[in-house]
Amino acid sequence: MLTEFRLPALGADMDAGTLVEWHVAPGDRCRRGDVVAVVETDKGAIDVEIFVDGVVRELRVPPGTRVPVGTVLAVLDTEALAAAPESLPAPPPTSTAEGAVAASQQRAKISPAARKRAQELHVDVVSLRGSGPEGAITVQDVERAGPSPQPSPQPSPAVVGEGAAGMRAAIAAAMSRSKREIPHYYLATTVDVTSAVDWLAARNAAAPVTGRLLLPVLLVKAVALACREKAGFSGFYRDGRYDESPVVHVGVAVALRGGGLVAPALADTATRSLAELMDGFRDLVTRARAGRLRASELAAPTIILTSLGEASVDTVLPIIQPPQVAIVGAGVVHVRPWVVDGRVVPRHLLTLSLAADHRVSDGRLGAHFLARIAALIADPAAL
Amino acid sequence: MTAPARITYREAVKQGIREALLADPRVFLMGEDVGKYGGCFAVSKGLLDEFGEERIRDTPLSESAFVGAGIGAALGGLRPIVEVMTVNFSLLALDQIVNTAATLCHMSGGQFPVPVVIRMATGAGRQLAAQHSHSFEAWYAHVPGLRVVEPATIDDARGIMRAALASPDPVIVFEPISLYNMEGELTDAATKVQLEGARVHRAGDGVTLVTYGASLWRCVAAAESLAPEGIDAEIVDLRCLRPLDDATVLASVRKTRRVVIVDEGWRTCSLAAEVGQRIVEQGFYDLDAPIARVCTEEVPIPYPLHLEQAALPGPERIVAAVRRLFGHAD
Repeated sequence: MLTEFRLPALGADMDAGTLVEWHVAPGDRCRRGDVVAVVETDKGAIDVEIFVDGVVRELRVPPGTRVPVGTVLAVLDTEALAAAPESLPAPPPTSTAEGAVAASQQRAKISPAARKRAQELHVDVVSLRGSGPEGAITVQDVERAGPSPQPSPQPSPAVVGEGAAGMRAAIAAAMSRSKREIPHYYLATTVDVTSAVDWLAARNAAAPVTGRLLLPVLLVKAVALACREKAGFSGFYRDGRYDESPVVHVGVAVALRGGGLVAPALADTATRSLAELMDGFRDLVTRARAGRLRASELAAPTIILTSLGEASVDTVLPIIQPPQVAIVGAGVVHVRPWVVDGRVVPRHLLTLSLAADHRVSDGRLGAHFLARIAALIADPAAL
Repeated sequence: MTAPARITYREAVKQGIREALLADPRVFLMGEDVGKYGGCFAVSKGLLDEFGEERIRDTPLSESAFVGAGIGAALGGLRPIVEVMTVNFSLLALDQIVNTAATLCHMSGGQFPVPVVIRMATGAGRQLAAQHSHSFEAWYAHVPGLRVVEPATIDDARGIMRAALASPDPVIVFEPISLYNMEGELTDAATKVQLEGARVHRAGDGVTLVTYGASLWRCVAAAESLAPEGIDAEIVDLRCLRPLDDATVLASVRKTRRVVIVDEGWRTCSLAAEVGQRIVEQGFYDLDAPIARVCTEEVPIPYPLHLEQAALPGPERIVAAVRRLFGHAD
């Protein structure tokens, strides 16, 4: 079967691209996921992957040509790979294998039943990997990713229990998609968190061990409050459109001992007290590491906070989790010389960073957002 | 019929005809070689001796003439059972069946029903070559005014004649050639056979195999192969090809979300196409995979045994089609 390979839209606003280079020639075999061409777009040169297995029959667009999205770039024979040397000549179209569908490869395949189920469970199907025919997403794939169909008192296990390989693959898919689709911009600023550190020390001295607060909890609350004030950072970008989430659910990135990470949400972060958030945070970390998170917690975040303070890095340049549009990073808190009122004094410093989706917000707005988080942190008693 | 007995499909058909002859003096059987020879497939062996030439009538080699005579007898108040050796010979009587039997009741405003039962053997598998191995069920299932049934089990073969003769409409009964020698248990279910409705032959929740006729047993074999792989197939035996029982098929599809239609007819313009389209129309949002079809290869049925078997929708092809629906390689 011959399949046309068309120029995909490599970003929401792309309507044309210049073919810079072919990585394949007629007769070459290629596999789904191979980079077959480089296309120059408004946002730079992009490696273009192929979505089918096949043998290249014809290249239609010579390098250097600017063509609209949807133009046929090449023609592939998708059956040539499967044909065994001793097989009969290609059968006429009426005799193709049972169940074979001459499907367009241009959109993700999802079965009608899976699409309906995904709507019921509020599962974002774009990030799922299909296990059905031709990689189609099936009901089982959706239910595996979504909340358990019957409400059960026990959190559904196995959400993160599919093994390290499955988690690696899931992270690979989500992050590749993010870097492929989301035009990130990055901002970072150094924040003097001395007042917050002092406030925490004083508060924790008087509290029992289980009631002590940690700095990341202050950051979570500050991010949530900043999201309520500045639109464009807490929500989802889907089908070319951004929807601000009416409620802010800040996800916290939790590294797992076996490798990989998850980012479960602290539901309705902005309205909860620091003590509640601390309890919730502790609970999420414990359950995340025991592999007992609820899928709904994983699907819920509207923005994520990733803190690599434990790893002693200064600055985090994080990657947005699609379909979210922003992620806030926090490095380690150092005691460093800092100029206050014309004098060099030791202060607790933290580098706070933001990666945001340029389709939704601009750097200037991002700077305001980051500054707002810093200001909120500076007054911990008000959080 | 209290003690279950093992009989052949041929014997089951014969018992059905015999019961009808005993129960109703208006019933008679006619066709080529049904009398002295005992039927081309030995279904009517012994009936001539028991019921005599008046009721077991050998006919000349003219399908159009004796099917037409059967329609006339039905109009005149009798309950004829007409045997047309194999479905390919019925093409010579197509005008009588499609233009006369199927229409008269409707053209007369219900005044002239045509309660004729026309039996014919169908299908391949016995090395009868291209001219005697057709599955033309879809041709008859296309025609309003006809009822079309195809018993695939011993019970259905035994019980269908009573239901067919009770219908005021012309009924076409297809008997798969390859099943005449099949042995099975005759149960009380044979006394309750209805003319309409599909039946779940094997319950399962992994995939629905929709089929009819001889392919039922190909599906049973396929389901047994699939079971160790953890795929629990549900088999729906259509039984009645016109009218089709959408409800039973759709209920199964809603449960399994995957369908393979197995049809001994050629795929193009087949019953499989009709069933598949009905599923799309009524169950699109319940499907978790494209509907697959396993039909006879689109060639005149070959004579050599290995080629004939290769052309038919055998269990291996059904298993492969099911695996594809689960994203497994062949």
